[in-house]
Amino acid sequence: MKEKIRIASGQGFWGDLIEAPYLQVTRGQIDYLVMDYLAEVTMSILQKQKNKNPLLGYAKDIPPLMKRILPVCIEKGIKIITNGGGVNPYACADAVIEVAKEIGIKKLIVAVVSGDDILNKIDAIISSGCELNNMDSGEPITGIKDKLLSANVYFGAFAIVEALKQSADIVITGRTTDTGLTLAPMIYEFGWEEDDYNKLAAGTVAGHILECGAQATGGNFLGDWESIENFAEIGFPIAEAYPNGETIITKHDSLGGKVSFETIAEQIVYEIGDPKMYITPDCIADFTTIKLENAGANRVRVYNVKGYKPTESYKVSCSYEDGFSAVGTLTYSAPAALKKADAADKILRKRLELLDLKFDEVHTEYVGFNSCNGSLAGKTNPDDLNEVVLRVGVRSKDYKSVDRFTREIAPLILTGPPAVTGFAGGRPKPSEVVAYWPALIPKSLVEHQIKIMSLL
Amino acid sequence: MKKKISEIAHGRSGDKGDAANIGIIAYDDEGYQLIQKLLTAETVKKYFEGICFGNVERYELPNIRALNFVLHNTLGGGGTVSLKLDAQGKTLAAALLNMEIEINN
Repeated sequence: MKEKIRIASGQGFWGDLIEAPYLQVTRGQIDYLVMDYLAEVTMSILQKQKNKNPLLGYAKDIPPLMKRILPVCIEKGIKIITNGGGVNPYACADAVIEVAKEIGIKKLIVAVVSGDDILNKIDAIISSGCELNNMDSGEPITGIKDKLLSANVYFGAFAIVEALKQSADIVITGRTTDTGLTLAPMIYEFGWEEDDYNKLAAGTVAGHILECGAQATGGNFLGDWESIENFAEIGFPIAEAYPNGETIITKHDSLGGKVSFETIAEQIVYEIGDPKMYITPDCIADFTTIKLENAGANRVRVYNVKGYKPTESYKVSCSYEDGFSAVGTLTYSAPAALKKADAADKILRKRLELLDLKFDEVHTEYVGFNSCNGSLAGKTNPDDLNEVVLRVGVRSKDYKSVDRFTREIAPLILTGPPAVTGFAGGRPKPSEVVAYWPALIPKSLVEHQIKIMSLL
Repeated sequence: MKKKISEIAHGRSGDKGDAANIGIIAYDDEGYQLIQKLLTAETVKKYFEGICFGNVERYELPNIRALNFVLHNTLGGGGTVSLKLDAQGKTLAAALLNMEIEINN
């Protein structure tokens, strides 16, 4: 058994810093590169791309990235784990193998984890008695079933472990949990069992710290953010994992950013609910047991994590079409910038009313005054504002209403209050609203598949 | 003496559907005792009046000197449904840290 392994985060979401994975594999020693590409909305976007072209539906950044990093990873023996396979992990694996051939790689084992996509099995699942009730509202899924765009089960680390056991150099998955990407190599290398709950919880905590990339190493840090050095080449986090479940979170020395008690603590509290019940398919981790300790420059020890047996369910993330929306903006300048923007909003709303358009919601914000902190902005003196961006959003089931709204913004420039600008970008475009439907499904109703796609 | 919470703590916020979560972390034990005493679920609910329209749940993580608040019905529907500029509640932690508290010496 290895004495320790180093797992590096390469992406925190699809759209993250493109250079990060390259820097992770070239600027120091690591054993695994893990990359999270999937947010709830991402799956529906990928599903739409796949509907238009059966060869798409995965994170398109992956093949060009592999072209750059595969030679280094093969030379150094770095394994890659990513959930960027999205709704088409096989096509992603094909594309990766193509790229590998192109750059002259002779041997590569790519493992695909699938089975998470249950969109075509919804009817069978419902008839087996699982109504996929919305976890928040309790409603059964039948009401929106015909509008579903995607439906994916979150698999945990153990599916990836199976893939690693088959000597995979690269593991490409569909919807696996972000934390499972980091936990899997620990289970695989250290031989942890399914009931080693404390260790699984420790690995899950490390996964939670790594899953948003540089948010653990000084990015978006609300402490003394001005003390963070070299944001331009910020180092993404690395978990140095030990067989007993302890981890040291660190980064490559030559890269920027900071790893401290404070930067790690901020990421620990990010997007959590009840900290005693951080539920994953692998375990329930109790975040209140986590202890942190500074362990040298840019090194933080994470230890004492307690965990419990997982639940009998997988989480399912569904997305469905829910009408259309559009957002329009115009900029008003001083004096009385807010007063002008407010008058323009009233004129716009009156026109929408006269046109008898149907909206579920019309939402106005004044960027520079209240768009971030809403009613808390009351303390600001509007006369102090040098400029204000009027930002109006609408949402409707009726496409025509939203489309007409997009044509009512520009006219305000010549037909409303003065000192207005900022319409160079043209009319806003209506976009489809994709709503999110979280549900649970008994683990017994779904099974993952592992497929090895080798280049030999 | 009046102080801003940002002088004794830092934090981070994000989304969970239509709920926002705000984690506030004190810089030291003394600071943790203060936020533990002063930042109740009710205080936070009242502070975000006009932004948070649901319940506020409060959780404690004493090992890392943190409090976690979950603010329900806060993000205008959340995800891509929300028309808010800050549909994910990213700026709410900074807003809470800007709150003034009275500290007795």
